[in-house]
Amino acid sequence: MSKTKKILALALSACMSLSLLAGCGGEKAPNGGNTSGGGSTSGTPAGNDGSAAGSVYYLNFKPEQDGDWQELAKLYTQETGVEVKVQTAASGQYETTLMSEIAKTDAPTLFQVNGPVGLANWKDYCYDLSGSKIAGELSSDDFALMDGSSMAGIAYVIETYGIIVNTKLLDEAGYTLADIKSFADLKKVAEDITARKDELGFAAFTSAGMDGSSDWRFKTHLANLPIYFEYEADGIGDTDAIKGTYLDNYRAMWDLYINNCTCAPTLLSAKTGDDSVAEFVTEQAVFYQNGTWAYGDVADVGEENLGMLPIYIGAGDEANQGLCTGTENYWCVNKNAKPEDIQATLDFMYWCATSETGLEYMCSGDHMGFVVPFKGNLESSNLLVNIANDYVSQGKTSVKWCFPTMPSEEWKNVLGSALTNYAADQTDANWETVRAAFVDNWAAEKAK
Amino acid sequence: MEKTIKRYFPIFLGPTFAAFIIGFIVPFLMGIYLSFCDFRTVIDAKPNGLDNYIRAFQDADFLHAFGFTALFTVVTLVLINVIAFAVAMVLTREIKGTNLFRTVFFMPNLIGGIVLGYVWQLIFNGILAHFDLALKISAKYGFWGLVVVICWQQIGYMMIIYIAGLQAIPGDLNEAAEIDGANGWQRLWNVTIPNMMPSITICTFLTLTNGFKLFDQNLSLTAGEPMKQTEMLALNIFNTFYGRVGYQGVGQAKAVLFFILVVGLGLIQLKMTRSKEVQQ
Repeated sequence: MSKTKKILALALSACMSLSLLAGCGGEKAPNGGNTSGGGSTSGTPAGNDGSAAGSVYYLNFKPEQDGDWQELAKLYTQETGVEVKVQTAASGQYETTLMSEIAKTDAPTLFQVNGPVGLANWKDYCYDLSGSKIAGELSSDDFALMDGSSMAGIAYVIETYGIIVNTKLLDEAGYTLADIKSFADLKKVAEDITARKDELGFAAFTSAGMDGSSDWRFKTHLANLPIYFEYEADGIGDTDAIKGTYLDNYRAMWDLYINNCTCAPTLLSAKTGDDSVAEFVTEQAVFYQNGTWAYGDVADVGEENLGMLPIYIGAGDEANQGLCTGTENYWCVNKNAKPEDIQATLDFMYWCATSETGLEYMCSGDHMGFVVPFKGNLESSNLLVNIANDYVSQGKTSVKWCFPTMPSEEWKNVLGSALTNYAADQTDANWETVRAAFVDNWAAEKAK
Repeated sequence: MEKTIKRYFPIFLGPTFAAFIIGFIVPFLMGIYLSFCDFRTVIDAKPNGLDNYIRAFQDADFLHAFGFTALFTVVTLVLINVIAFAVAMVLTREIKGTNLFRTVFFMPNLIGGIVLGYVWQLIFNGILAHFDLALKISAKYGFWGLVVVICWQQIGYMMIIYIAGLQAIPGDLNEAAEIDGANGWQRLWNVTIPNMMPSITICTFLTLTNGFKLFDQNLSLTAGEPMKQTEMLALNIFNTFYGRVGYQGVGQAKAVLFFILVVGLGLIQLKMTRSKEVQQ
């Protein structure tokens, strides 16, 4: 009897320790798979630098392109035998994810920063890319992110945003794109559509959702315009103390967005990015502020029905204003990674930017639809990108992306909250909160 | 048998103990150390003295979060315990379907906090949308929304504890009081509640600490909106740590302060209610 008890006790405790170890085992498994996989294939690296022993771990910033990156990684592994792991952070969670991932033993070898402000946080982790093969592929040195004399990051996509228009609906309302050449025009059209909303069956703007999946369109992208025009007027590229010269224009534009959209302004805090897309695609609204990256979402409207307008806020030279073009996506290589992993990562980046498959995936409208700042950039089949190019060829001046100079994520978040608050109750006192979040908090956050 | 236990105790205790050290003791000590450091990731810490603590106290949002959390905790502590006690009283009567009701009341506890938060957010927003309102536009809605969610979730759990307590009171005590001419209220106040003090101790302790530690529901239901007015302590710490560049140390310092606060309050509360417990 005592023997059975003993065996039972042993079996039980074995179970316990096993279940405990199982937790750790799960974490380790991919690593083990990695090394053995690398070892078995490293003998035949096809045409690469001859060292396929390393592996790549890319922490991707863009959720909308996650599927394409996964496929591309698989193709690369098939071609070269080098393991590529792609993980994508949830929208708005990139910094959080990166912070916890980079402290791990299997840290990302390839990650992203959004520009000078993001770089300040991560510069101790950035491998100097100057002289690397990928750096030689850049079509202009402007697309390198410098930290002193070291090349900390390389842009891999140039993007453009504006107001995406459903021209079919605009036509039904009795207007064409050519009717809108300034903020005053836009306001007139939008308010006319709102006045006839019931009769037309659609609204002017999609809901300016202030949920985390969508609020960056306003606290970052829309906020770029007053910053851009102020920088232009003052002839600067960054500042420690923003004056808010064009805040009244920002307010006018925000008023236009929230009071002429599909829902009551008080409901905006609950609206998501998906809501906006759905409203646009199901023809509930004419205007949708977003960029070239959203082509996949809005393509269902039909190519012939899509157009794009600059975001006119009634500032600067509106007759020559173009769309907003720039980048906030820089690739950085983790310098604390193993040398062979760094090499593998550099090879992967080079392959993405030069190989047929890599460029096809990055540039084709069927996949990521990027404009890449590399010499091998392909003609795009992304309609929005082509519209953006038309504006440039017509001699319009693109609005620069100044938001990488915004002081911090905190600054954007506080501004976003203030905008939501104002949307629910549009008083001067609440706009004062927005102003404080824009101007006072800029100085406070820059000082930190 | 005793001998066997003596011989094999490391096998039984070892794994749990190791897990406790790895999962709790080590991170805890590291956390205290890190609160005196400037760092980005936990592997590159440089000590910077009391800086983090000073900055934590200068943060108006942190102090606001403290006030909001305290208010929230007081309200939920009272509501949950009173309602759970009442429900327990009802469900220990001889009525039909008691077990079914107990199960139904307990079930919300089985759903995780994040899911619960999002589900209730849909419910609240669905209702408020009829009045062109949304949960995140006013701290008042956020506060009461949180209160409803937490009550809904925790009442069932506390109810189970109270039911166990009620069933443990010897029937003859109440019977004797009844024969002595005590009415219902007198029996409740002078017999039932004094005998329930052990359960009340546990339940107030749980609701107090749960209230202060609340995170999941806060994150998913309001995320601190509008303008951080419904941000509670745990969420504030999380946002400080993860949301702000260069504030990781401050977040850590806040976490240590938070720990001291919760432990302190818990101990005071235990002492206060323990002293009221009666020996049968």
